[in-house]
Amino acid sequence: MSINPGFAPSFSLDGRQVPFTAGQTIIQAAAAAGIYIPHLCYRPELKPHGSCKLCTVKVNGRQASSCTLQAQAGMVVESDTDELNDERRALLQMLFVEGNHFCPSCEKSGDCKLQATACELGMTSPHYDHFFPSRPVDASHPDVLLDFNRCILCSLCVRASRDIDGKSVFALSGRGIGSRLIVNARSGRLGDTDFSAADKAASVCPVGVILPKRRGFAVPIGERTYDAAPISVVALREGE
Amino acid sequence: MVLGNPESHAPDRLDELLQPILTRWGSAARNLVQILREAQEACDWLSPGVIDRLQRALGVPRAKIEGVAGFYAFFYTQPRGRYRVLFSDNVTDRMLGNRALLDRLCRQLWIEPGKTSEDGLVSVASTSCTGLCDQGPALLVNGFAVGRLDAARIDAIGELIRDAVPLADWPAEFFAVADNVRRADILLGSAMAPGDALRAAHARAPSDGMLASNMRSWREGLPRGVGGPDALLDEIKRANLRGRGGAGFIAGLKWEACRNAPLAPGQQRFVVCNADEGEPGTFKDRVLLSAHADLVFEGMTVAAYALGARRGFLYLRGEYRYLLDRLQAVLARRRAAGLLGGNILGIPGADFEIEIHVGAGAYVCGEESALIESLEGKRGTPRNRPPFPVTNGYLDQPTVVNNVETFAAAALVALNGGDWFRAIGTGKSAGTKLLSVSGDCARPGVYEYPFGVSVAEVLADCGAVDAQAVQVGGPSGVCLAPDEFARRIAFEDIPTAGAFTVFDRTRDMFEVARNFAHFFAHESCGFCTPCRVGTSLLRNLMDKLHDGHGSPYDFAEIEKLNRLLQAMSHCGLGHTACNPVLDTIARFRPAYARRLEREDYTPAFDLDRALAPARRMTGRDDPGAHLQTVAEAGGESGASPGCGAREDSEGGRV
Ligand SMILES: Cc1cc2nc3c(=O)[nH]c(=O)nc-3n(C[C@H](O)[C@H](O)[C@H](O)COP(=O)(O)O)c2cc1C
Ligand code: SF4
Ligand code: SF4
Ligand code: FES
Ligand code: FES
Repeated sequence: MSINPGFAPSFSLDGRQVPFTAGQTIIQAAAAAGIYIPHLCYRPELKPHGSCKLCTVKVNGRQASSCTLQAQAGMVVESDTDELNDERRALLQMLFVEGNHFCPSCEKSGDCKLQATACELGMTSPHYDHFFPSRPVDASHPDVLLDFNRCILCSLCVRASRDIDGKSVFALSGRGIGSRLIVNARSGRLGDTDFSAADKAASVCPVGVILPKRRGFAVPIGERTYDAAPISVVALREGE
Repeated sequence: MVLGNPESHAPDRLDELLQPILTRWGSAARNLVQILREAQEACDWLSPGVIDRLQRALGVPRAKIEGVAGFYAFFYTQPRGRYRVLFSDNVTDRMLGNRALLDRLCRQLWIEPGKTSEDGLVSVASTSCTGLCDQGPALLVNGFAVGRLDAARIDAIGELIRDAVPLADWPAEFFAVADNVRRADILLGSAMAPGDALRAAHARAPSDGMLASNMRSWREGLPRGVGGPDALLDEIKRANLRGRGGAGFIAGLKWEACRNAPLAPGQQRFVVCNADEGEPGTFKDRVLLSAHADLVFEGMTVAAYALGARRGFLYLRGEYRYLLDRLQAVLARRRAAGLLGGNILGIPGADFEIEIHVGAGAYVCGEESALIESLEGKRGTPRNRPPFPVTNGYLDQPTVVNNVETFAAAALVALNGGDWFRAIGTGKSAGTKLLSVSGDCARPGVYEYPFGVSVAEVLADCGAVDAQAVQVGGPSGVCLAPDEFARRIAFEDIPTAGAFTVFDRTRDMFEVARNFAHFFAHESCGFCTPCRVGTSLLRNLMDKLHDGHGSPYDFAEIEKLNRLLQAMSHCGLGHTACNPVLDTIARFRPAYARRLEREDYTPAFDLDRALAPARRMTGRDDPGAHLQTVAEAGGESGASPGCGAREDSEGGRV
């Protein structure tokens, strides 16, 4: 299927030939080739999780998560299609109604990957009825605030704390729609853990859950990351 | 967090209770689910004090323990009483009046459903199908099954609890679970003596086909020069034995893939028997384990022999806890008879041990990779596949997972050969199938038929008159109407793990589907977005229809949800979660139509209902506090994300 200079194996993605190296996932190979595939629970430096399903593509006609599936020569992959983008919009709507997202008053607005992906994919209404879950805020830590209302359960903070910081400050608990993020302390409060604002886990949250204290609206709305450029550009530029 | 809740036990007593459990499970975090289960049995709940001690002993983060404890429905991190009563809430329990019995018990004990009594004595709540559908309604008390509930039995249970009578002193007949075998064939009629299948397997000479097709380094863990394993695998393949857990994968190919998977140094192969049997309406594995445990264990040992595996697990669903001691006794007997342990049957190097793990209330743990996670002491979320368990299973090592019935059949194949087995059933479906028959019929129980039996034949045999529908395969299966009763149980037509639930014409098929929608919402593991949120959205839609607030628009919404869950979900639970609703809409539309408030437009917002909290707060319920009309104004509620530049791709909602 793939005729490639240098015999690098390749697969086709929306009609383009994308080379890859052994062990690379579809999303990694796509990013290296400058092609954005929407994603929320994936970051290159962390082990993929495969849970948000935003990165779903069709491989030889069957859906698969591009952040976990390894590329193989000759695969025919579709990503930027009306069908898949419709489904991605529905996933985003689900994430919005599952939590409590009041973007105009959210410190992360403009830097938020959920919001930016919704913009990218043209999601304009939440469509579904809101769940309005009750999720108390944790302000116990001196430097960092946890606003669980916005958690999308992507587990990036869980992986970053465990695999990079070596601390395991966060974990998922509950199940189904009752799934929730918990903190590694008998009191359940971040202030009673060894978490530090310098931890990797403090900087990976795609939404506005893990926020530094005393830094409200330092950058005015309108001048934030995704105000300047859409996430499809930022993600490739920043390699995230 | 728990405030001011006393530990049920004094601190030093806690150590005394937990130490033997930790010792039994090697203080290993990979056995966390088993440790938590036994800790709860000993201490009534997983209090912060219990978790303190487990954390110290296991050396894992506290949040990991709490994360695992929070996943399984039967683990409690809040006090739930010394008597924890869970009513099975399958649709068959509903049909037999379980709600009234639950209310009756609550009234008798002066408690609200779902709450714990103030004296810490008792709590009463519901749980998913407990697998006693042929003798329901049923409940679990402290994890032990009680079936055939009626008013008298409920009153007796209420009294036993009020008098704080220890479970051990309750009448034994309360805990008697009948096998109800109604039709037996090769499996249920088997009188095989323990060890016969293994002896036959060992004696079997390798056939030419096998030797030609497969000469690989399959002998790890087995002595040199043994011809049996090769020949045995050949027979299993020749039998065309397909998995009985639902998907119907060919067992011989799975075993072969596992046997051929490379082993890194220090690795080994594992055999896992899936006895999670969580599909509502299914109970045939319970009967196999109760009446033919030797056949099942023999099948596992046969598999171990073919694979060169030295360790196996039986993953028994928590609802079948009552079988644990009997199964352990069978294992002990087999060990004593030289059918388990070292040098089985005197064959040097043929070593195999089986360990039983008990689940804790999670349907998704029947999915094979979630099951393996649970065996490893984790939350039961399905893994990313590939890689598959045959290469990267338990502790990342090659693992075969098969259903209880598959192993039982494998034992018979080992005994009688592949050709014998293949002659039974149909072309693509060799052998027999166990059906768990329940619902509106005179003789509920387990029926074993050669594959190819028609739905109508089963209905006639079980004494079902006036059936308007049969749910085959449980909520994730198919719902059949009378014009489909000539269809056959076989992989060529209706594949099934074995649930066969009958509904007569008095039943409301909408309510059946609504019960199933609640089941999926309750059992979604929550790992992936579409299923976590979508199953709850579907449940809410069905409740909205139930409350008379539905419109034709909601059918389109259900179809859209179905497409999304099928396309995007991580595992079979999400893929099939909309099936019962779609099937019943297609076949029993009038049951839905009756509930539609408007045939033409969508009442997006019910003003009168929105006033309900205000009425509650003011204690008013007079006509003046009600609105007659339903607001016709639509519009979205809540915030929308902060970007407005694009067109609404869906054309908005009316
Ligand atoms: C949500 C879900 C639940 C399942 N539950 C069971 C179960 O209770 N028992 C079972 O044997 N297989 C169950 N399966 C199928 C297993 O994943 C697996 O296919 C099966 O155990 C393989 O054994 P078999 O080939 O012998 O059927 C389930 C699958 C899914 C997706
Ligand atoms: S807090 Fe943020 S990073 Fe952590 S799981 Fe929630 S959304 Fe993901
Ligand atoms: S489909 Fe449902 S049960 Fe399966 S992984 Fe996703 S959330 Fe879990
Ligand atoms: S980015 Fe792949 S599933 Fe979330
Ligand atoms: S804008 Fe607040 S969570 Fe994204």
